[in-house]
Amino acid sequence: MFLKFRVNQFLKLSEIPLIHFYDFYNMVLSMIDDGAQIVHYLGFVENNCKKLMIVLRTIDNNDNNDNNLFIAITFAPTEYLAFTSQAKKFHLFEREIHEEFSINIQGHPQLKAVRSATTLSEEYQFYNITGDSVHQVAVGPVHAGIIGPGHFRFNCMGERVAHLEIKLGYQHRGVEKLICKSCFDITKLSNLMECVAGDSAVTNILTFSELIESAFELEKEGIITSDIKIIRTIALELERLSNHIGDLGALSGDVAFLPPDAYFGRMRGEFLNLLLLLSGNRFGKGLIRPAINFYKINLLDINYIEKKLNELLTEIKHVSELLFSTQEIIDRFEGIGVIDNKTALDLGLVGVAARASGVKYDVRKNFLPGYYSVLEKENKNITIQQRLSGDVWSRARIRYKEILDSISIIKNMLENLKSKTDYKTVEQSQDDSNFSSNYLLFKNKLQSKLLPSSAVIVAINEGWRGELTHLMITDEKSKIIRYKIKDPSFHNWSGLAYAMRDQEISDFPLCNKSFNLSYCGFDL
Amino acid sequence: MPIEMLERFDRIVNQRVNKLLLNRLEQGYRTTKYPNVDVNLSKPYRGRPEINFEADMITMKLCEENCPQSAIIANSEKKALNLGRCVFCGECERLSDGKFIHFTTDFSLATATQEDLVLCEENVIPKIEREINGKIRKLFGKSLQLRQVSAGGCNACEADINVLNTPFFDLSRFGIQIVASPRHADGMLITGPISKNMKLALLKTYEAIPDPKIIIAIGSCAISGGVFYESSEVVGGVDRILPVDLFIPGCPPHPLTTLKALIDYFSKY
Repeated sequence: MFLKFRVNQFLKLSEIPLIHFYDFYNMVLSMIDDGAQIVHYLGFVENNCKKLMIVLRTIDNNDNNDNNLFIAITFAPTEYLAFTSQAKKFHLFEREIHEEFSINIQGHPQLKAVRSATTLSEEYQFYNITGDSVHQVAVGPVHAGIIGPGHFRFNCMGERVAHLEIKLGYQHRGVEKLICKSCFDITKLSNLMECVAGDSAVTNILTFSELIESAFELEKEGIITSDIKIIRTIALELERLSNHIGDLGALSGDVAFLPPDAYFGRMRGEFLNLLLLLSGNRFGKGLIRPAINFYKINLLDINYIEKKLNELLTEIKHVSELLFSTQEIIDRFEGIGVIDNKTALDLGLVGVAARASGVKYDVRKNFLPGYYSVLEKENKNITIQQRLSGDVWSRARIRYKEILDSISIIKNMLENLKSKTDYKTVEQSQDDSNFSSNYLLFKNKLQSKLLPSSAVIVAINEGWRGELTHLMITDEKSKIIRYKIKDPSFHNWSGLAYAMRDQEISDFPLCNKSFNLSYCGFDL
Repeated sequence: MPIEMLERFDRIVNQRVNKLLLNRLEQGYRTTKYPNVDVNLSKPYRGRPEINFEADMITMKLCEENCPQSAIIANSEKKALNLGRCVFCGECERLSDGKFIHFTTDFSLATATQEDLVLCEENVIPKIEREINGKIRKLFGKSLQLRQVSAGGCNACEADINVLNTPFFDLSRFGIQIVASPRHADGMLITGPISKNMKLALLKTYEAIPDPKIIIAIGSCAISGGVFYESSEVVGGVDRILPVDLFIPGCPPHPLTTLKALIDYFSKY
């Protein structure tokens, strides 16, 4: 009874099955039992009526590419028995629904606020383990490093962590509210999307752009040329490269082996500088906008990027060889922060953390968004990296393998760009003499269009942390009534809490870094 | 110890030392010669905006209306661009074809007051007057410890502060260090629009820093609320709740912008 649909498919609200909650409940649970994972589970208000919407995905593990998305809506009951009591992966989703729509979700083990100010008040009850030998360690919100704020509460027995509770919400800036509140201004919204999580700026703006493009059905009009898609995909991969390399360096630094930390730290900057070359900003801000790319690359840039990538590839291989063959590193990475395959699936982990625990899921391969479908046809797409041990070592190795993959597909895409005969004539768009008048016309045309009424669109991309998705619901007056951003961290913070069980508390920085999750992407 | 074991041990150590040395040789010295040698950033970088005060009114009005940050004022009396509000998205440059506002590759953007951030006919280039802070330079000129607090920052500003510690920028060669505790700090680097949920923690961190202390607001969020200026969940600029000594605009500011600002404002070198 669920509706099967594709990524970026334009759905009318009326098409989506509106199911009685009793059936909804049973069907969701039976799909979860069959291995479905949550993409979105959210509440929204339409015509003064509270509703719940769920988007599930099923991933085919047998390479037949039979991956599907399912959606259904139900009227929100005033109270119901928590999904979380049956499936852990609902934990944060249900807390969020409880917080935003005050639905009484019974049997939920920790029905606390996720982001609102009550998370800060004295009322917030931490999970306490009592006993003579148990003590608590409180860390944050202000941390020792240069990172976002969050509060970590450890219940420890000696050095051993029995339980870690992660309390976030400090970075809450009301992003989703801001999107619905403001009148639909593409420039403003695009700037906002790039600031949801600065380290995933490209992923967020790309997902937003794809969503808006499918809302206006621009893909059919042929506006989104393969050139545009290639540059977007290069930017996405550069973002992945810079972050993965930074993470490898920081992991090494966390166990006090400093040479790779220094070398990778510098190389990370080189990739950010390549993004600067593409977009004028080290984080790719300003490059991607719905239906348009402001910056085009010329042959000179292509050659420069290729040369730089080749140089860096050699260095990365050499430093990684040093990193992964050093005895102290092996000692400190192996068997630390283990998440086994079953736990990873139960918690619904995504991205690097999931693949390190043997979960075969990568949006780039499974849902083929944007230019990845072309790469897939040319047999140049990535292969999904997988490891089974689920420890810090695995997460580091997966990052290294993905770095190699990303460099090779960027090179492939640059080849594709070069093979176009007219490419030499393409210059920077700003040098175009009629650029501003054309741009104004284009912008007004896009802005004058109304968003489709009563529609739902889901866009998904593989950010460097994992699956990042946006969902938009409009009402009959074409106003956005709900815009949901789900950062991969929303799934993976629970993974970090699990990874710390039975670990020494001194391994926390290492485990934390091996996940490297987003505070602001979670807090929105 | 049997001789085979010794040989094996020897081999492992040699391999390890070789890898370390080879990597060290390959990496070489990468620290920038800045500020002794000028650095030029490549073209698409959007740095200090240049305003053409002679541009025609229609274009100026178009930019004023379309600025997503309401950072531009254009009327017959005044033409101005507020760097504190600007997120350097380049929309005005695109709309005016660079004829009204043009982003140069100059990365020197920081100022010591909010007023200096407003670029207008009387104030074309943002600058830090070296005279105004003689006392601060005397105190912190050769050693400055800073604590960083992200209060709603999106991690872009934070990441670009972090890179100042990499070998390329090597902030510590100027005697400036980022420290883990406010008790060890002479001041605070603040990023983000100050989410209401972070306000208390930020003020407590401020109180924990011994006097005299300095506050640096990094990024358009910390100066004016940035893209979140209309949100009810944020306080807005840092100077609404704390006195700010140095403003470093950008979204995020390029590491060189921050580096230059810190050197200009503090360093005796």
